[in-house]
Amino acid sequence: MARRVGARRASQQRVPWWILLLAAVAVAYVAVPFVALLQRAPWSDLGDLLGRSIVVDALRLSITTAFAATGLAMLLGIPLAWVLARTRFPGRSVARALVTLPMVLPPVVGGAALLFAFGRRGLLGAPVYDSTGFLLPFSMWGVVAANTFVAMPFLVLTVEAGLRAADPRYEDAAATLGASRSMIFRRITVPHAGPSIIAGAVLCWARALGEFGATVTFAGNLQGRTQTMPLAVFLALESDRDAAIALSLVLIAVSLAVILPLRDRWLTA
Amino acid sequence: MLHAAIGVQIGDFRLDIGLDVGDGEVVALLGPNGAGKTTALRAIAGLRPLDDGRIELDGAVLDDPAADVFVPTAERPIGVVFQDYLLFPRLSALDNIAFGLRARGQDKASARRHAHEWLERFALGEQAHAKPRTLSGGQAQRVALARALATDPRLLLLDEPLAALDAGTRVQVRAELRRHLATFHGARLLITHDPMDALVLADRLVIVEHGHVTQTGVPADVTARPASRYVAQLVGINLLHGIATGEHTVRLDSGAELTVADPLPGPEVALAIRPQAIALHGHRPDGSPRNTWTATITDVEADHDRVRVTLGGPVAATAEVTPASVAELGLVPGTSVWATVKAVDLTAYQR
Repeated sequence: MARRVGARRASQQRVPWWILLLAAVAVAYVAVPFVALLQRAPWSDLGDLLGRSIVVDALRLSITTAFAATGLAMLLGIPLAWVLARTRFPGRSVARALVTLPMVLPPVVGGAALLFAFGRRGLLGAPVYDSTGFLLPFSMWGVVAANTFVAMPFLVLTVEAGLRAADPRYEDAAATLGASRSMIFRRITVPHAGPSIIAGAVLCWARALGEFGATVTFAGNLQGRTQTMPLAVFLALESDRDAAIALSLVLIAVSLAVILPLRDRWLTA
Repeated sequence: MLHAAIGVQIGDFRLDIGLDVGDGEVVALLGPNGAGKTTALRAIAGLRPLDDGRIELDGAVLDDPAADVFVPTAERPIGVVFQDYLLFPRLSALDNIAFGLRARGQDKASARRHAHEWLERFALGEQAHAKPRTLSGGQAQRVALARALATDPRLLLLDEPLAALDAGTRVQVRAELRRHLATFHGARLLITHDPMDALVLADRLVIVEHGHVTQTGVPADVTARPASRYVAQLVGINLLHGIATGEHTVRLDSGAELTVADPLPGPEVALAIRPQAIALHGHRPDGSPRNTWTATITDVEADHDRVRVTLGGPVAATAEVTPASVAELGLVPGTSVWATVKAVDLTAYQR
């Protein structure tokens, strides 16, 4: 009797075959392109390919700008996440929709919008250029600006969710001890939201590293100044397939190196 | 001296209570969950602005919507011990206490020095660098109390300070809390749903129900003359005064002696007995429960599925029994019965 009950329970828990099949197809769909890339990789020439200036320049620029964009996104995005999570003001939902717009907007459109704002004849760019001669587009700072524009929403949404999940009573306790709102933010809120800030920063960094559309539109494609890894890969595919594959391998390695150690600690629910 | 008229509207719920707490006084705000107790605490602490009314502490107005006065939480001289204590999990016990001193402008070195003194005063010297999650319930409560008192408040608010503890440590921590509360000379307001906490810790009870005060008075008056059936259920606890005649024995004013399981806290004690803990028998019970006496029933009052039986005789107390035992024992006023209570069911505290 007990055996039969147990057997029935096991059969109820068995996953239907068609779900397993579709899940396997999903895994294969992601895995096959990587395998294809790896089997075409020019392993013997890899050292030589990775030493070329186009690769070294692009890698250095990509890493630098991704970190700079993440730093800028944290500086602006964490306070914004706090405002969205903790305060009430008219138009808050409009503000949230606005800052998350770059997540769903085609990046090329974002790049074009940035040009109209910060370009030489842009809304803010023109007066700045006329008075100081500083030009954001087609510079390394243009890459950072484009990366931040596209990647900051990932940080804001993650941190806002983290702040909402945090117990606001700790902030109350700090207030009763005489802490100002700014001290509470620095000493209580930010440390408590630590895991969500790290998760948000990783997502933001990964998105910035892969940025293509807004960067090419706003910052152009100048080797050593604005040509990031994704741009270099795209360009090399036309002219030098082996270099494109080598660049891709580097991007995959860098992405894995960042995501894997953090995955278990921060990115799981 | 706290003088508060608290009016808060939350949706359909209306909190409307008056509260006065004198210097050196411990007042318990006692009521069931959802009565508005915590809202009252939040209003006094400035975490929830009043909709109407007025809060005044030592003559200074903290909140008065009519006069457009509102002093923010951080600027109120009020210490709060929160439910679950809310010790900052990433800070050590020492830094938790130093936090408030830093916030009030002390430099790092002097804040830490003072925090150390507070830890020593609360016998927490060895826990200075421990993180809150490694502390026992009693230790965490002492850190929370030290943290609240370190900023030298004029009023101390305690929100269910014993609710986070398990039953085993509760009695001991309650006695400790009573001792520590006595060292603070400002006004103290305790919020609790547990009548035993209120009776042991407070000088005066304010009973709040559905957002309104239903009774107020010293514990002996409230327990002896509950104003409503609800209050009777809530604080229907027997309070008896007596003098210690041994480490575990108390002689009541009537001359009867009762035995207590825990060592007595002092020479003059009050005993609290829950009505449910008193058992009634038609004959002298078998075995030898230490506390056995004969009583004459003076009153029988039914309330739903429970019956409250008032006992006259050497131990003036109320017992709560089932309707079945009323029928079985023939409990009517004038009947003589044997009453027993176990030594562990007597809570003794210093008067």
